[in-house]
Amino acid sequence: MPVPFPNSPSAQSILLPARPGTILGSLAVALLLGFLPWQNIALVPDFVALVLTFWCVRQPRLVGLGAGWLLGLITDVGNGVLLGQHALTYSLLAFAASTLSRHMLWFPLWGQALHVAALLLFAQGVATLVRMAAGADFPGWSITIGPLFGAALWPLVSVLLLLPQRRPVDVDENRAI
Amino acid sequence: MEHTPPPFFNRGPAPLVRLVFFASLALALLVLDARFRYTEGLRSVLVLAVYPLQSLATLPSTLGARIVGYFASQSQLHEENAELRAKLLDASQAAQRFEAAQAETGQLRRLIGAAERLPLKATPAEILYNSRDPYSRKVVIDKGSQNGVNAGSPVVDQNGVIGQVTRAHALLSEVTLLTDKEQAIPVQVLRNGLRAIAFGAGASGMLELRFMASNAEIQNGDKLVTSGIDGSYPPGLPVATVARIERDATDAFARIVCQPAAGVESGAYVLVLGRESNRLAYPEHSGAEREKNLGKIRKPRKKDAGAIP
Repeated sequence: MPVPFPNSPSAQSILLPARPGTILGSLAVALLLGFLPWQNIALVPDFVALVLTFWCVRQPRLVGLGAGWLLGLITDVGNGVLLGQHALTYSLLAFAASTLSRHMLWFPLWGQALHVAALLLFAQGVATLVRMAAGADFPGWSITIGPLFGAALWPLVSVLLLLPQRRPVDVDENRAI
Repeated sequence: MEHTPPPFFNRGPAPLVRLVFFASLALALLVLDARFRYTEGLRSVLVLAVYPLQSLATLPSTLGARIVGYFASQSQLHEENAELRAKLLDASQAAQRFEAAQAETGQLRRLIGAAERLPLKATPAEILYNSRDPYSRKVVIDKGSQNGVNAGSPVVDQNGVIGQVTRAHALLSEVTLLTDKEQAIPVQVLRNGLRAIAFGAGASGMLELRFMASNAEIQNGDKLVTSGIDGSYPPGLPVATVARIERDATDAFARIVCQPAAGVESGAYVLVLGRESNRLAYPEHSGAEREKNLGKIRKPRKKDAGAIP
């Protein structure tokens, strides 16, 4: 049976297994990026959500709902918002990403990025609903810019985070498979 | 015959079950935090875990400033020195006059038997980062309850008030800026002493005076200072300048928009002022109780951390 999307990176090479250290490190870097003193918060993508989505899609058995929930709690505390807002958002995001995982990996990177845009917009929508239920006003449509930027970063994030799992190209003409 | 799957097929509870578990846990936390504020203990523990990341995140800017400082040329330093000296001269004159005025005020106050105002304790602090929350205006500063910062303390910069500490952790605190929709500050027009309350206007970065009669005596360019009647802010701190007034004949209230005096959304260094301890007690509800307690010194009631002054 021919592979339907020969450009897909998953179809091209066999990757090494992911190390837990890489996963933890990348999540810590994502948290760090979120705490940087950004000038305009509305335009900055949610790095934690992006990296969490990546690992939920790539390693749904290692990173899932529990990790999302804990990361959400840390984000809530770091930003001083309602405790549980990001915990709920990231749990739902992790659930959706792990469910879509098998489906998404068949697409090339830009196709995956479209899925990620939908996922991140969904997460932002959940957060907005929670805040509006708690009595905040709708902050305007500019909140959709961050998730879209995040989705645009998906190809870059995918390539960067898969680097530790790649093995040196070793061409052997006489290999059986 | 009963078959159990081999352990490597065992993946724990189904994803949907896990989702329901974690979502209900998050919802329970949300309700506890929003309604009852039971979660402050959990929050202060977690914030210690986040602290290394937060301080690491501000490292690049600190390091950059240091490197730039190292390479600043001598002539630049000379120029800056001269400029600062001129400023110092100016400021010391003003300070002398201020001292004299303060002494005079103290004497007058003693004369009329008013409580002598205690000198304010000020803690310098640095803004670490803005909160990533599009629904509110908050910053996090690098001083916490270990440095004597309490919830409710006013925060100022060199030009005026920027906000109020709404949550003090051990090493950090959260400051809600004046421009936050939920934040209010009692003010007074410097020109004629008219009292009002300024509310944050949210994303526009301005303040609003609500519920001012459309014939209130206020005009463009009027300076607003804190009135100090709330007991949270010391009186006389600059807050804002009136930027625009819309008086509509069909509306009972005027729409007054003010520009904050301080760099509320910019700037890196702030001062956290200690709260005045000798403020008046809150009035009691019933007259009978008041008479019973007359003469006793009542302790000020503990205020909610997130409450407006």
